[in-house]
Amino acid sequence: MGEVIVVTSGKGGVGKTTTTANLGVGLAALGHKVALIDADIGLRNLDVLLGLENRIVYDLTDVTGGRCRLKQALIKDKHCEGLHLLPASQTKDKTAVNPEEMKKLCQDIAQEFEYVIVDCPAGIEQGFRNAIAGADKAIVVTTPEVAAVRDADRIIGLLEAAELRNPKLIINRFRYKMVQQKDMMSIEDIIDILAVDLLGVVPEDEQVVVSTNKGESVIQDERSRSGQAFRNIVRRIKGEAIPLMNLNQNGMLNKLRRIIGLK
Amino acid sequence: MLEFLTRLFSRESSTSKDIAKERLRLVLVHDRAGVSPQLLQALKSELIKVISNYMEIDEQGLEVNLDSSENQVALIANIPIKQMKRLPENIVSGP
Repeated sequence: MGEVIVVTSGKGGVGKTTTTANLGVGLAALGHKVALIDADIGLRNLDVLLGLENRIVYDLTDVTGGRCRLKQALIKDKHCEGLHLLPASQTKDKTAVNPEEMKKLCQDIAQEFEYVIVDCPAGIEQGFRNAIAGADKAIVVTTPEVAAVRDADRIIGLLEAAELRNPKLIINRFRYKMVQQKDMMSIEDIIDILAVDLLGVVPEDEQVVVSTNKGESVIQDERSRSGQAFRNIVRRIKGEAIPLMNLNQNGMLNKLRRIIGLK
Repeated sequence: MLEFLTRLFSRESSTSKDIAKERLRLVLVHDRAGVSPQLLQALKSELIKVISNYMEIDEQGLEVNLDSSENQVALIANIPIKQMKRLPENIVSGP
């Protein structure tokens, strides 16, 4: 029986879907059988991030509605062996599925896969309740901004109310330089306020845009810093104790390393 | 450049990160307590009802707010008193 992990945030645009895609690709690259579920019914995006948008025949609501078998709806990733996607419906809305159906769906998928990662929609309404219904664990993504951390706090409260205790935090789009200048909240500031365990910190990285443009994942880019951060997070999910990477990219040594292609 | 100079000469003034953190802390006090404006309004009118049994207060000037300082959150009520009432015997003597 695999583990079902929901990736959530409350606020939109902080990087839930990017995180889901990268963790999926990263876990599959280590040889695990992984299924990604896009639970954002009506606004599917995960297919585009993975470059699988042209291969969708059936979607999540077809499975829960009994119009196809689970195997028919799961799309195999083209680059990554072991990675599968269950896309969201683009034509229906969030009420097309209920939490009981989602719970059953997650259980069924977890029979076949080691990791099931659910990409939760923004907000705290039915789409959120659907996405967390079948989850064993939760990852909360935030950025170092007041609005995003506030929403993360609300989500942590709702997760705990739903018996999903000890959610793990990913701080995304972190800018070391701005933190040094005291113009951005630090990791300690955010952890202090939210009082949750840190799963990882992903630095702001233009390479994410480049990868997304091409339908690839930055985690596969050996030289990208955000990719390194995601690779570390994947290993932490597997239970390894990996220290936080050095987030200072402006040091002379790091510059030199990048020039000669070590990082 | 100007920004750099102002920062250099005003070491004590809070940085934008400190402002962000403080704003966040205040907003979370309200969020976590589940305190809505409606709830504060209801609390206010009940306070008026109870206090009016003992003294005459300025209802317009009454202020009730959640306030957070250093490490604690307090319910701060500012209640201007117009006049004390002459208390009935049974309340003064008590049980």
